Amino acid sequence: MLIKRSEARAGKQRLAAAYAGLSAGGLDRRAFLKQAGLTGVGLSALGAIPLTTVRPAAAGPTNFAQPITRIKNICTHCSVGCTVTAEVQNGVWVGQEPSWDSPINRGTHCAKGAAIRELVHGDRRLKYPMKKVNGQWQRIDWDTALNEIADKLMAIRQASGPDAVFWLGSAKQSNEGAYLMRKFAAFWGTNNVDHQARICHSTTVAGVANTWGYGAMTNSYNDIRTSKTMIIMGGNPAEAHPVSLQHLLSGKEMNRANMIVIDPRFTRTAAHATEYVRIRPGTDIPVIWGMLWHIFQNGWEDKDFIRQRVYGMDDVRTEVAKWNPQEVERVTGVPEAQLRKVAETFAKEKPATLIWCMGATQHSVGTANVRAFCTLLLATGNVGGNGNGANIFRGHCNVQGATDVGLDVVTLPHYYGLDANAWRHWSRVWEVSYESMMARFDSPQMAETPGIPSTRYFDAVLLPKDQVQQRDNLKGMVVFGHGGNTVTRMPEVARGLEKLDLLVVADPVPTTFAVLANRQDNTYLLPICTQLECTGSRTASNRSLQWGEQIVKPIFESKNDYEAMYRFAGALDRAAERRNMAFRLQAECFKTYEIGPEGPTSESILKEMNRGALSTGYSGQSPERLKLHMANQEHFDLVTLRGKEGTPVAGEFYGLPWPCWGTPEMKHPGTHILYNTNLHVKEGGGTFRARFGVERNGVSLLAEGSYSKGSELTDGYPEFTTAVLQRLGWYDQLTEAEKAQIARQGGTASWATDLSAGIIRVAMEHGCVPYGNAKARANAWNLPDPVPVHREPIYTPRTDLIAQYPTLPDRRAFRLPHLGQSLQNRMPQVAPNFPIILSSGRLVEYEGGGEETRSNKWLAELQQDMFVEINPRDAAARNIRDGAWVLVQGPEMPRDKQVRVKALVTERVGPGVAWMPFHFAGWFMQEDQRSRYPQGSDPYVLGESVNTVTTYGYDPVTFMQETKVTLCQIRAA
Amino acid sequence: MARMKFLLDAERCIECNACVTACKNENEVPWGINRRRVVTINDGKPGERSISMACMHCTDAPCAAVCPVSCFYTTADAIVLHDKDLCIGCGYCFYACPFGAPQYPRVGNFGSRGKMDKCTYCAGGPQADNTEAEYIQYGANRIAEGKLPLCAEMCSTKALLAGDGEIIAQIYRERVQKRGYGSGAWGWRTAYRETVAI
Repeated sequence: MLIKRSEARAGKQRLAAAYAGLSAGGLDRRAFLKQAGLTGVGLSALGAIPLTTVRPAAAGPTNFAQPITRIKNICTHCSVGCTVTAEVQNGVWVGQEPSWDSPINRGTHCAKGAAIRELVHGDRRLKYPMKKVNGQWQRIDWDTALNEIADKLMAIRQASGPDAVFWLGSAKQSNEGAYLMRKFAAFWGTNNVDHQARICHSTTVAGVANTWGYGAMTNSYNDIRTSKTMIIMGGNPAEAHPVSLQHLLSGKEMNRANMIVIDPRFTRTAAHATEYVRIRPGTDIPVIWGMLWHIFQNGWEDKDFIRQRVYGMDDVRTEVAKWNPQEVERVTGVPEAQLRKVAETFAKEKPATLIWCMGATQHSVGTANVRAFCTLLLATGNVGGNGNGANIFRGHCNVQGATDVGLDVVTLPHYYGLDANAWRHWSRVWEVSYESMMARFDSPQMAETPGIPSTRYFDAVLLPKDQVQQRDNLKGMVVFGHGGNTVTRMPEVARGLEKLDLLVVADPVPTTFAVLANRQDNTYLLPICTQLECTGSRTASNRSLQWGEQIVKPIFESKNDYEAMYRFAGALDRAAERRNMAFRLQAECFKTYEIGPEGPTSESILKEMNRGALSTGYSGQSPERLKLHMANQEHFDLVTLRGKEGTPVAGEFYGLPWPCWGTPEMKHPGTHILYNTNLHVKEGGGTFRARFGVERNGVSLLAEGSYSKGSELTDGYPEFTTAVLQRLGWYDQLTEAEKAQIARQGGTASWATDLSAGIIRVAMEHGCVPYGNAKARANAWNLPDPVPVHREPIYTPRTDLIAQYPTLPDRRAFRLPHLGQSLQNRMPQVAPNFPIILSSGRLVEYEGGGEETRSNKWLAELQQDMFVEINPRDAAARNIRDGAWVLVQGPEMPRDKQVRVKALVTERVGPGVAWMPFHFAGWFMQEDQRSRYPQGSDPYVLGESVNTVTTYGYDPVTFMQETKVTLCQIRAA
Repeated sequence: MARMKFLLDAERCIECNACVTACKNENEVPWGINRRRVVTINDGKPGERSISMACMHCTDAPCAAVCPVSCFYTTADAIVLHDKDLCIGCGYCFYACPFGAPQYPRVGNFGSRGKMDKCTYCAGGPQADNTEAEYIQYGANRIAEGKLPLCAEMCSTKALLAGDGEIIAQIYRERVQKRGYGSGAWGWRTAYRETVAI
């Protein structure tokens, strides 16, 4: 390999050269790359950017003669929320220290967190704005880029309306960034705005919220230390949330707790379990109903809990009665004795918690799966206390927050929905008129219609116009911080991307979007910095908000989300002016914010959100309070997360986990455990939410004889409104100022829309939870399956079960057609040619689509090849040896195409099942797309994407994609 | 003086590789050199266990015994270090080491071996503490700063312990007594000619 002497930093180079080949640092990045080449790892396009064009971000050894600043931020990878402590010298991040004070990670990290400093060294980061000209990347400046993009967007708006642009945001954005993105889309005039939660836990949010009120993790990672039994079903936290295992294993050791893993794959988590149950992929509901069959049969259910706090459990009994042990074994493959043992343990050795991740959610029956899980928890009385609950491990670092702030096609921020009341509420918060907001849309009706989800945007590009229920097809797409290889059916994705009139990718790295389709023009890349390079709050899976400080200034020419959107808005206004359009965005959308040198300040955005986010209790977490928690991390208890007496954070829960009711001045401590009736509401107690009315077919939906500690109402009660306050005679306890605010809003308000937060205050004074006190719903009548029923995956190998357990009929939703039975009925012809079940999942070294982590040299070195896990039996039948290349084909791929990956022959997967990680991209059906990346911004490691093989299949409630069960054929290459 | 050791609790290790990247991060170790790595046995089967491995800083280190140029030395904390200015890259230590710790960069087009590199217990090398020269040749010197190796400090499940042998053995002993199982302090008999009695 050719070695070229670097022109920069000659002195250091000589020193390094003197110790040629030594391992330690001091080699600058270019030297490192050369060395990497020498060690035989094939890397193409070694750093060819002249150093003069970029902001130097190099780090050398810490110079102990210079002052070192320590700055705390939060890891940008998974949802555990590990604190990252950076040592910064002279504006450069030179070292990373353990964050001992954080009660969440206590100094520790996983491979990603321990390598996070590399992200802001940025060898392979996108360095400046670029555009494609005749298929070649060209460098441009920010203003030119934004002006050109804005012109093209306004042209689309003029010709096809605001709904023709798809805004894809990110779970990597801060709460403030994600909220701003949602607001931006609203001001643009569309609900076509989404983010990764769609493909992460959208079904959890829908299923869990429809059960008891809020679609979030009920307890915390730390609280699992107190569990006596934990079932991990459809999750592999040892790889996906490694630091959470610290808490799980501590619980297992300290309490001698049962740790049961139910999964089709013997995961690294299962290796540490006390019991492992292998199931056929896609049979979660029969497994849960099979457990409940034993529980009901033996009377192990919690009868008092069900009577007081659960609605509709008898309807579940009827369904469960069908799942006798023989039928369960026939469908799922789990033997009777094992399931009985697991059921008995879960029901009797309490507190018991159920932990799940995307193994449960990413199914065409995702919402129903999650509902079944909740039902099991309710039947055994395992919700609302220490050590129990639905511990839903979210994926990305801020996917919980981005979901809460409404970066979603079905709702405005904080689950207010899209109806006129919701628009009026947020118009008030944004200080604009309701009418002016409606005028931004094609029609008020479109403002109230859910948009097109991120799993289907390409269908909305490709389908005939009359199949898409909006003025026109999607024509333009703006992506902030989202991978392009994370949604299924990639051959279709590539066609959709190719057909778009405009594609804008704003991200720290180019992402798969930049290379997947063979686009010639009208494609722009905008460099956005990571959250490590800006300030803002992010919400961990346990609902705690943590404030991150800027570690270093954005590197190269990258900008943070706030500034990028602010300038984007300005460019749109100028483009509108040039076209004589009345549309304006910047002045209205950003008028409530303080504008600093790096765009709107995160503090001012959070404060606006605090004012409006009453429904989820994101109202008490002011920036000041969050910063105080970060400064006093060491004062929180490891297990209870409570601030210790005599400290500035005494009595408060770490990160003020939402709901943190009322205004910041009310000093609510946050809610560590949801629906916990053992605490006063002012101390973080709660009840199940009264969200679905007060009665159904003559049966009360309110709790019976159950209430949170200290409540003056000792039975169920509806959510609080001005009318309820009047009926209770508490209305006059509102202050004059609060009454005046309610009067300005039209004289009536509910706890969630009263911007004075007076209704919340008065309710809490009486020990009542503002959202009411109801029963959780075992029967959710508004869902396609009110009580979950088993439905075979669309691509099922068990064609004998289709007649008995069919998927839903074809239907329409989210402005698009949704195929079901018509596709499943073809399986008798398809399945014989594709005999192996294919599932996908995560590796510890990479995250999400993997573009960022595969561009991190410390991580990329650990996983250099895309692979498929295949059982020795299936491998032997196909003459496949471990480590050999194989070709994998899916039923929806072009007939002559396959993906080429390495075989990992292992008993980790059962016979007839294969598994692939989902982090790879850059090879597409055997085509190496490295040359399509902008020079010097290609990730170190490329590989085939599993989603090139995955197929059709969507959850009816959220359009979650089916990634966990499809079919494939594998043969030796 | 403390006797520094590593102790790996295989019941806790989940192969998250934090130790590997923490080492890369702290010492800027280049691609292709792994001072620490995680090995998994019975991969994908019941009984699967992972072990994080690096130089164990042995008592009477076999690498030192076979080195033809005597480049190894043991610090007062019993950390085994070597002098790269003396090392000739012969590879004898690699064959002597029971843990596969020594690493060699390839330095030429014909695959010739460079000077040996291995875990320094984050204790740098023979140069003055925390100087640029020391960092370039050996990486960080956390011991001189009063800190422990970053791999162990950042271990996600606290499976990898570093510190004075007596103290970490006591932590491990208490852990095993509490939970009732443990496969022993991995590699201790080989490295330190003793084991942790429960």
